[in-house]
Amino acid sequence: MKRFLGFVKKEFLHIFRDIRTLIILFGIPVIQILLFGFVVSTDLKNAQVAFLDLSGDEMTQKISDKICSSGFFMRSETLLSYNDIDKVLRKNKIKAVIVFEKNFGRKLISEGKAAISIITDGSEPNMATLITNYVTAIITDFNRELAGTQAAGTFLVQPEVRMFYNPSLKSHFMFVPGVITLIMILICALMTSVTITREKEFGTMEVLLVSPLKPVQIILGKVMPYFLLSFINVIMILMLSWLVFGLPVKGSLVLLLAESMLYILMSLSLGILISTVSKTMQQAIFISFVGMMLPTILLSGFIFPIENMPDGYGWVAALMPPKYFIIIIKNIMIKGTGFLYVWKETLVLTVMTTAFIWLSIRKFKIRLQ
Amino acid sequence: MTNNPVISVKNLVKKFGSFTANDDLSFEVYEGEIFGFLGANGAGKTTAIRILSGLSEPTSGEVIVAGYNAKKQPEQIKKNIGYMCQKFSLYPDLTVKENIMLYGGIYGMKKALIKERTDLLLDRLNFREYGDRMIAVLPLGLKQKLAFSVAVFHEPRIVFLDEPTGGVDPITRRQFWEMIYETAGRGITIFVTTHYMDEAEYCDRISIMSEGKIVALDTPADLKRQYNAASVEEVFVKIARPKDLIPPAPFSRREKGE
Repeated sequence: MKRFLGFVKKEFLHIFRDIRTLIILFGIPVIQILLFGFVVSTDLKNAQVAFLDLSGDEMTQKISDKICSSGFFMRSETLLSYNDIDKVLRKNKIKAVIVFEKNFGRKLISEGKAAISIITDGSEPNMATLITNYVTAIITDFNRELAGTQAAGTFLVQPEVRMFYNPSLKSHFMFVPGVITLIMILICALMTSVTITREKEFGTMEVLLVSPLKPVQIILGKVMPYFLLSFINVIMILMLSWLVFGLPVKGSLVLLLAESMLYILMSLSLGILISTVSKTMQQAIFISFVGMMLPTILLSGFIFPIENMPDGYGWVAALMPPKYFIIIIKNIMIKGTGFLYVWKETLVLTVMTTAFIWLSIRKFKIRLQ
Repeated sequence: MTNNPVISVKNLVKKFGSFTANDDLSFEVYEGEIFGFLGANGAGKTTAIRILSGLSEPTSGEVIVAGYNAKKQPEQIKKNIGYMCQKFSLYPDLTVKENIMLYGGIYGMKKALIKERTDLLLDRLNFREYGDRMIAVLPLGLKQKLAFSVAVFHEPRIVFLDEPTGGVDPITRRQFWEMIYETAGRGITIFVTTHYMDEAEYCDRISIMSEGKIVALDTPADLKRQYNAASVEEVFVKIARPKDLIPPAPFSRREKGE
């Protein structure tokens, strides 16, 4: 045991003396959280819109005021003809143009209907969909008010939409769990695979293997510090997302931390597995980045919903450990559900962890033969 | 040097699938002896060292190192040997003292004992001012000497040196060999592989491996006599290299113009 502790201490010294390791361990998570939280926001806020009002009556004024006072949009220009639409959209500053037809107000009152077109910049499909949805919602709301004041007696179905668990549809709710998932697998797998291959490359691994330390102790000693630091990292990210974005943990914090430990363990064992198949640090870094970061971003459901993927991709996604952790962490953090709702995912992660450890031990033994 | 065998190998065979890396090796190494282990690359030296140091299991045969059976008690063997490989094996981002503390600790030495011996060691090497410096900033020669000192720091019965002097300047090599002699004088057996044939001359006995077999084993002087050679290098070339592999004499261009 004493031998082992000295060995663990040495690993801590490696970590704390290497500024690059420290940056990767603690700098990157903070930057990622802030970056994803603030910059990669998919919320609509003050999008610039232009109006082409061919009617120019009280009704169109009311509608455009309502749109601009919502907080989502900002009036930037008033256009005079259809020809201007293309021109302003091309400048890229204006995200949408709203067009009222001629005699809008009169038609609405006499015929009961009038047309508005929402013209958006389709080169940014996500933004375009978002804007259309928001504007439509605002107009529906306006309709309802109109019906309420003037055409009493007409029955209108009033859909009332509520977003459970994330009432204001904040995108941090989606990104924070995603970033924790991404960072943990990246850091744990990358750092462990690099730290073990480094010993191989430096030739110190040979000396360690010849020493009375058992192979299991060597691996554990190398991995333990990363386990502790990654766990501190999770707590740091949770604190940060709570302080900066006001994202609380709705479910049990203990359960969340326990699941995080399992996930860290899974990532570490994956890192060990990578180290057994790579001879150099470059190889380990390459496998960790290309083999883990891209699939995690693309296939784990972090950004793109797995349900919408074609069949084949869904199957590949099912093999990605992060997929399960994202489900677990979203359930606990945002929905506040308990273990009963995530036991299946937990089981999958446990099985994966065991498989990775078993494979690494086998690989390690073959090397020693 | 005594006649007390500290390594005893009988009919050692190691196979990887159908490939035989060590083919029926038998030899003994005595306490305090400097035993040179020579052979071309791929002759099976590394495989043999791995077995002797408890890293790898023999396929058959009996291997006793420091009184323990390599197949059954590899853990006991590991406690009684030191090892230094061709790649430099100290941690560059730890200080000299931290490296010694780490390896001493791994071999189960008490902290007080490590400290005491560290002071002695640093004094002996005139290293005192380097104690708290990172290994990374030391010149290669010093690092190599230190690596050797660390390999024997826990006073093992045998130390395995796998091409310890690769890439080191002649003066440091000389000092390095003085350290080896001094260590052997303390009763620690030295098992060394090398590519430098002049170093082979410094050994008490040498064995030469070729294609998995030991083809010669004797003192350097006796080997030279047997093979009618002026140096160990000549003996080595005569034995270890199959004749058809010796390249034809290079074509000399100088003859033409000058």
